Amino acid sequence: MATIVTFAEVREGKVRRPSLEAVSEARRLAGSLGATVQSVLIGQGVAPLAAEVASYGADRVHVFDDAELASYATESYARALAQVITQEKPGVVLLPYTAMGKDVAPRVAARVGAGLVSDVVKLEVKDGRLEARRPVYAGKALATVRWEGEPQMATLRPNVFALGTPEAARKYETVTGSADVSTRRARVQSVQAAGAGKVELTEAQIIVSGGRGLKGPENFHLVEELAAALGAAVGASRAVVDAGWVDHQMQVGQTGKTVSPTLYVAAGISGAIQHLAGMSSSKVIVAINKDADAPIFKVADYGIVGDVFEILPKLAAAAKEFRSGRH
Amino acid sequence: MKIIVCVKQVPDTEARIRVAPDGKGIAEGELNWIVSPYDEFAIEEGLRIKEKKGGEVVLVTLGPDRAQSALRSGLAMGADSALHLKDSSFEQLDTLGTAWALAAAIRPLAPDLILTGQQGVGGDHSQIPGLLAEILDLPQVTMAVKMEVGEAKATVEREIEGAHEVWETSLPAVISAQKGLNEPRYASLKGIMAAKKKTIEVRDAAALGLKPEDLKPKTKVVGLELPAARPGVKMIPGDADAQVKELLRLLHEEAKVL
Repeated sequence: MATIVTFAEVREGKVRRPSLEAVSEARRLAGSLGATVQSVLIGQGVAPLAAEVASYGADRVHVFDDAELASYATESYARALAQVITQEKPGVVLLPYTAMGKDVAPRVAARVGAGLVSDVVKLEVKDGRLEARRPVYAGKALATVRWEGEPQMATLRPNVFALGTPEAARKYETVTGSADVSTRRARVQSVQAAGAGKVELTEAQIIVSGGRGLKGPENFHLVEELAAALGAAVGASRAVVDAGWVDHQMQVGQTGKTVSPTLYVAAGISGAIQHLAGMSSSKVIVAINKDADAPIFKVADYGIVGDVFEILPKLAAAAKEFRSGRH
Repeated sequence: MKIIVCVKQVPDTEARIRVAPDGKGIAEGELNWIVSPYDEFAIEEGLRIKEKKGGEVVLVTLGPDRAQSALRSGLAMGADSALHLKDSSFEQLDTLGTAWALAAAIRPLAPDLILTGQQGVGGDHSQIPGLLAEILDLPQVTMAVKMEVGEAKATVEREIEGAHEVWETSLPAVISAQKGLNEPRYASLKGIMAAKKKTIEVRDAAALGLKPEDLKPKTKVVGLELPAARPGVKMIPGDADAQVKELLRLLHEEAKVL
């Protein structure tokens, strides 16, 4: 019987949501392919997380639980994953396109000689084979890709594949994996967390981004306050990142992050082509700009021609009231 | 220190992308080509390490004739020499095949450090660093925003979701550059003149000792299209108070995202 293998990424003792999206997608594909779903958990003290992974659709969970695996190291994690692939000979391997998934997937692909397709936003089964869709040029175009041979390996963009409904009573089996983890020529020494409660752009449901219309870094707090009121992540245009107003980690667009949130609010962003590329796959886009001819309105669903200095504080206050009224 | 920097020539990030008549690739006609911005960070970092520790910076690219201008740009920034991997059979390469070709060119040079961009702008695969590291059996650190090279080891700060990781790796290693690592220099006129005299060696598949099975693609682009047009904008009239009120109502009742 065909097999789909997924990588379940663990950080700070929790399975990260993009990996659960990957298990959910594997479960959906398993129906069309008549396949079983197997997931791989790697880390220290991760064994108790198998039940959660299984609840989203894994029939078998391979657990590599070892003190030596406590901190992430590409080589040892790749070796564990490659071992499961060599042993189970899956037709499909899915990983999340996260910092860790992006780092480990190519290493595994080269190790097992698999074709790897990155940052996939859609998977379909056609004649028993997979077909993937992925944005290229940061979303200026969409490529359709197929594999030759197996395994068909892909990394999935976070926030795009729907999370399944977990079934706590799902039956699954656990397999204890062991891999040679002695070679780790590169490894994590320490982790410096960013500000507490900060929402990661690529995984955020709502993003509020600011651009040059804010006029200066001293006004960027208006964007941050609206984001806080909406429970959103904060983004920025390349112009203000290059001007040094905010950290480059916040840049949305080509040479920054490509995002697909449910709601994207662009404040004082005119909409250069490289910015539009990175956010135009958002479900709903709101543009606030004083220039009615700004290109951002061409991709927006709702547009407000107005002064960001007037609109943003009013919107933040109203959003805060709206949200508190609902909870 | 011998430092290799892998470079890719890509369409300008400001370029509008059009689909070629075959429906699988991009129309190259009017495109302006540049060095992939992440590779510029890698070149800059290589040059800074060389300036501190001595040694040489060798650029490697794989691509058609036009890719030479990307090598000239890197040489003008200050790289010492360049390798251009070019073969008609390279046109069909996928990421794995490209990594095999790069590895074949890099291995005999026995470098101390291999730098790449974290992804080639356009293809957006973010695969070459990891593929290359595995094929060459070297450690890797990707998405570097800060690095310090010591004796046979490097400390690298890597960007992850909402945090930075500090890595230590032995050298040689493959390290990929993320935006934030440095501010690439502009080539000086003197650098541009000097670059014209620097050597670009060209190697084909046979010279690299590549076998057809190394290059056989495992993934194939079967179609390329532009994203569907967005439905169009609904402009919200009125003064600021009315606009804000109406926007929230629409987001809640019509779009159902709040």
